[in-house]
Amino acid sequence: MEILVTGILLSGTYALIALGLTLQYGVARIMNLANGETLVAGCFVAFWLYASFAISPIYGLLIIAPAAFALNWAIYRFALRPLVNRAKNRGMLEVDSILATFGLLFLLQGLMLLSFGGEYFSYTFLAERFVLFGSAYGLNRVVAFAAAVVIALALYLFLYHTRHGTAVRAVAADPTSANLVAIDVARTAAFAFALGGALTACGGALLSTFYTFNASMGVVFTMKALIIVIMGGVGDIRGAVLAALILGVAETAVASLIDPGLTLAATYTLFILVLLFRPQGIFGRQTT
Amino acid sequence: MLRRTLLALAASAATLAMLPAAGLAQDEVLKIGASAPKTGPLGGGGATSHWPNIQLWVNDVNERGGIKVGDKQLKVELIEYDDKTSAEEAIKNIQRLATVDNVDFIVTPYSTGLNVATAPLIARYGYPHITTSAITDGVEEFAERWPNSFWMLGTSRELAVGAAETLTRLRDAGHIGNKVALVHVADAFGLELAGAGKPALEEAGFEIVYEASYPFGTQDVAPIISQAKAAAPDAFVGFSYPGDTFALTEQAQIQGLDVGAFYVGVGASFPAYAGRFGAAANGVLGAGGTNPDDATIQEYRARHKEVTGAEPDYWASAVTYSGLQVLEQAIEQAGTKDRAAVIEAIKTGTFDTVMGPIKFENNVNRSLWTVGQWKDGVFHGVAANGIDGAIEPVRKEGWE
Repeated sequence: MEILVTGILLSGTYALIALGLTLQYGVARIMNLANGETLVAGCFVAFWLYASFAISPIYGLLIIAPAAFALNWAIYRFALRPLVNRAKNRGMLEVDSILATFGLLFLLQGLMLLSFGGEYFSYTFLAERFVLFGSAYGLNRVVAFAAAVVIALALYLFLYHTRHGTAVRAVAADPTSANLVAIDVARTAAFAFALGGALTACGGALLSTFYTFNASMGVVFTMKALIIVIMGGVGDIRGAVLAALILGVAETAVASLIDPGLTLAATYTLFILVLLFRPQGIFGRQTT
Repeated sequence: MLRRTLLALAASAATLAMLPAAGLAQDEVLKIGASAPKTGPLGGGGATSHWPNIQLWVNDVNERGGIKVGDKQLKVELIEYDDKTSAEEAIKNIQRLATVDNVDFIVTPYSTGLNVATAPLIARYGYPHITTSAITDGVEEFAERWPNSFWMLGTSRELAVGAAETLTRLRDAGHIGNKVALVHVADAFGLELAGAGKPALEEAGFEIVYEASYPFGTQDVAPIISQAKAAAPDAFVGFSYPGDTFALTEQAQIQGLDVGAFYVGVGASFPAYAGRFGAAANGVLGAGGTNPDDATIQEYRARHKEVTGAEPDYWASAVTYSGLQVLEQAIEQAGTKDRAAVIEAIKTGTFDTVMGPIKFENNVNRSLWTVGQWKDGVFHGVAANGIDGAIEPVRKEGWE
């Protein structure tokens, strides 16, 4: 039971890391390598708001989300749109966007180093005991998990039960056909990219309540997000959540029952199994 | 005629203005090169323990008017590069410092791995290499292989044995029982420490009731603490790195791991640790230590804060600064920029540093702190080799 709860809490963390990227990659077709840096930037802003203005990271989300949305919109509009316009096919856009966001990674990292320095940062927020079924868990992790659930549900309702959301999914499925049914693909893609960035930054703000972070840690999160996104099926929210859940529970079970040293091995075994038997991801659709 | 003179004057004025100021002054300086992580996995450690001390030392030396080389007083000019925590990058940096920048001396890189990776190259160029953040059981062998290298932070063995001895003292004083939970990060550092620490604990009569390793970079340690807790240990020992040091402590606090001794590795001596855990840090044991009551250390800490704006840690910071003092005094004792002469001076001399007098035995420093303990926001050394001022360790009383 304890393993299950710990695993599910961990999966909430993973979902927060990966949801943004699945939107950016699945809909906007931008393989955003700076995903982790966006997340760490969220950590830093949350830390800064908390340390300088005593704004709790939860309320901080109200500032961080719109700011990240605007910033990512601008990044897409000015840095990535030209790549989209010039790309002849999806493969070319992927290569170009990987190169462009690779540069963005260093830019963001450099800016964070410049403004905060390279030290480790960590603060205390809700590091209290939360007792569930007789075992104690960190309240900050429970809160982050709850937030992950709320975000994932809201995203699901938006994508599957609203007109605008359907348009986003249509672009994810097939940009050319979406264009034919009068969906403004360019606008929708920019929206998806900005929304993905906002989600990632929110994830960072929540993560900062229990992770020790520094300016150069982004790549760790990008790796994790990539695995989850590819396992779940590119662009599918349900897949990302399910993949996060599987990874979280599997890692915790392996760490508790076998050896904590094998958590990475467990992650990559699952990853390989998915790639072998469902290369398109758990919820991904077969490419024709 | 007048016009031509004016034109010539204007032209020469313009040329003069364009000349860099240094070109005109042309004062002889002592060029010091530094390469260490500013980014990458070790960027955090480098920014806490390494770079601020270089900044402080350069500031101190230049404030004094420079280093006395023979009959000249030379100011220090620092050339610094980020090695991105990559050995390849570090090697390129050293090469550049030696061949392009032609620096007079090189400051040690940061961490065991990067020091060992760059040691052959630094040896080939003949620079003195005073390591202050490398900790490995290979120091004697390395010191023999590269006679220009000096090792100030001791061995993994000393650090692990220090931890075991501290637990033994706590047990003999009746504060804790015999059962120990031992975890370590699964990389060279954690493996060496666990490899030396486990037999040391067993020889001292401790029983290891839980043992586990975890991959580098792990911060989700809830299962580790809950398994350790299930084994009902009297003491917890974690040979950990900063990220996991913080995570292990937080989980121990949340899950109420009730032990009389809680030891964690690198990061426990960071000021951020006390900042993060406040009163709950009281009684936590960790790698490192200083004597905060010592006047020299107090003065050093105050200056570090004043010049760099950050608090030094309670372990490698003072060692790093001491290493630079050794270099400075060796240059003055040798009275020349000649590297071989300076290496000889380091080998034979005794140096007056913020950690007290330092003398190398076969290129290895034997005077160092091994274990410290938090007490009201200050990390006091509780175990050391060859240094006085250690205080008696106390039992850890809860996490509130």
